[in-house]
Amino acid sequence: MAPDPQPAAGGNAPVAELKDVQRVYRMGNNEVRALDGVSVAFGAGEFWSIMGTSGSGKSTLLNILGCIDRPTGGSYHVDGTNVNELDDDGLSELRGTRIGFVFQSFNLIPQLNVLENILVPVFYRDEQPAHAEDRARMIAERVGLGGRFDHRPTELSGGQQQRVAIARALINDPPIVLADEATGNLDSTTAQEILELFDELHAEGKTILLVTHEAIIARRAQLMLRLKDGRVEKIEAGDKSR
Amino acid sequence: MKMGALTRTVRLGFKSLMLHKLRSLLTTLGVLFGVSSVIAMLAIGEGASEEAQEQIRELGSQNVILRSVKPPDELASNQTSRVLSYGLTQADLRRAESSYPWVTRAIPVRQLQQEVRLGERALNPRVLATVPEWIDVTGRMISEGRFLSAHDEENVNNVVVLGYEVSRWLSPFDNPIGTEVKIGADYFIVIGVLLPRMRLDSDAAAPGSEVTGEVFVPLSTGTRWFGDMQVKIRSGSREMEQVELHEIVLEVETPEGVPLTAGAAREMLARNHNQRDWEVVVPLELLAKAEETKRIFNIVLGSIAGISLLVGGIGIMNVMLATVTERTREIGIRRALGAKKRHIMLQFLVECVVLAVGGGLAGIALGLGIPFLVERYADMRTIVRPDGPILAFGISVGIGLLFGLYPAWRAANLDPVEALRHE
Repeated sequence: MAPDPQPAAGGNAPVAELKDVQRVYRMGNNEVRALDGVSVAFGAGEFWSIMGTSGSGKSTLLNILGCIDRPTGGSYHVDGTNVNELDDDGLSELRGTRIGFVFQSFNLIPQLNVLENILVPVFYRDEQPAHAEDRARMIAERVGLGGRFDHRPTELSGGQQQRVAIARALINDPPIVLADEATGNLDSTTAQEILELFDELHAEGKTILLVTHEAIIARRAQLMLRLKDGRVEKIEAGDKSR
Repeated sequence: MKMGALTRTVRLGFKSLMLHKLRSLLTTLGVLFGVSSVIAMLAIGEGASEEAQEQIRELGSQNVILRSVKPPDELASNQTSRVLSYGLTQADLRRAESSYPWVTRAIPVRQLQQEVRLGERALNPRVLATVPEWIDVTGRMISEGRFLSAHDEENVNNVVVLGYEVSRWLSPFDNPIGTEVKIGADYFIVIGVLLPRMRLDSDAAAPGSEVTGEVFVPLSTGTRWFGDMQVKIRSGSREMEQVELHEIVLEVETPEGVPLTAGAAREMLARNHNQRDWEVVVPLELLAKAEETKRIFNIVLGSIAGISLLVGGIGIMNVMLATVTERTREIGIRRALGAKKRHIMLQFLVECVVLAVGGGLAGIALGLGIPFLVERYADMRTIVRPDGPILAFGISVGIGLLFGLYPAWRAANLDPVEALRHE
């Protein structure tokens, strides 16, 4: 299968690269090909949006990009590491240190306060970095949380919760931030603030992969990947590239 | 570093459990009652067996005791006056002394039915007529004065040694040494008081309550004044008994000789007595029996405790399985954030152990409280050994680990994709 054409965004070396990725689910005798030969190279420091209707394989791609699922065919490299060669622990370590997740429903852990939530990915690393707590405070300030370190998630507004989630995504300083409908549960003003935060992170050199179904949001990216029926339908330049 | 991670996990466990306080509390109850019943029953069992063993030890573990037993009287009820003659004889004593090489001493004891009086106070203790060696053979101790001497025996002195309870009852405030007490129709000078038996609870017999004490007089004196004949007056009939010796205590040189001596004594008595008017008591055998009883008791207790702890453990497992389902999404989030299977496993295992240990500690507190109350209100001896609570604590940690293993394994092996999608 021929790789899909891909316009160069800035000629950056890929930080995440899919090569002919397949993801096949077996349901009894039926095969469901959720991804059917996807090849994309996400360059370091690029801002991508990923679009697609439900059933397009968007969720499956997200899972593979986030290293919580593995391709059944083809290869996926993150930061030079082939995901298929890693065992479960290796995969966990990879997503803990290379990928920052931001979810639609924030997914904070209710029994932990703000600071503890931000620190969760630190504790699962093989090697504990020094001064993690100072760094967490710094990042919390950076994403605009102020001093609400000992609040519980339930005591925060949606926007604040998403800021905690973003701080959590950044705590291990991963090259990639993977945002799944990150503004889907927010009002438009707050959504705008969060999107601006992503712009800032991009400006600071992070690779941002923004999964969304809203065209307006998608256009904020440098590059827009559109999926259809488990394949790359097209890749277009976004507003940012101009 | 590792310690830090564990402390953090334990703290996290507490936090998660505190989200459902009532549920966590109820879950610990099984272990709580299991552990407390282990400790309480061990303490009560230990106390009871200790008491039994002490009483047996008082008889002397290296002694063999021959006793006179009143034979079953088939025709006594219609007879108004007759002399019933039975029991051990002086001949038995001589045979016992001379015939077995392991027997170092044979101590004759006669028991007299006499009232003991000091002024206004009177009671009916066991009046024992015996020889000076009695105290050595039985291992009893003198608290004041002295025991009977060979001189008393030779001269047929009217002297008496009081048991502790008797001395407390007859003369609660004064030292009774040198005073005269009346036994039957004669006066005896008190020359000594024995130490009480080792039992702690019956320290002071309250005035008016039945005193089961003993007093000791020289064998020669006893025989001189009271003869061999005992007269009991029952309603409408006089009953006379003639018993030469009530008890012969054989002191055996080594513990190994005890069963041999007991066997030989049984054989000898069977040969020389034409009726079953004797018995052979072997404290060592009783001791072995008591040990066996204790062992069975412990097995039964252990099974009961095991069952209650099993039920407690299953309770924990049940709740933890529900918790894992309930927190599937949290598990998914943690896995997405880089948690390895072992992190998830540890998190849930720690929660189970925290639950079990919480129940265990409360159970230890309750389990220590029960023996205290039993001792206070049920007047039973209890002994709490330190290994009881330690064992109970260890068991509760083990329960937590054992019954947490499966829920934790389930949690760790959830598919992250599925878990994250879980609502």
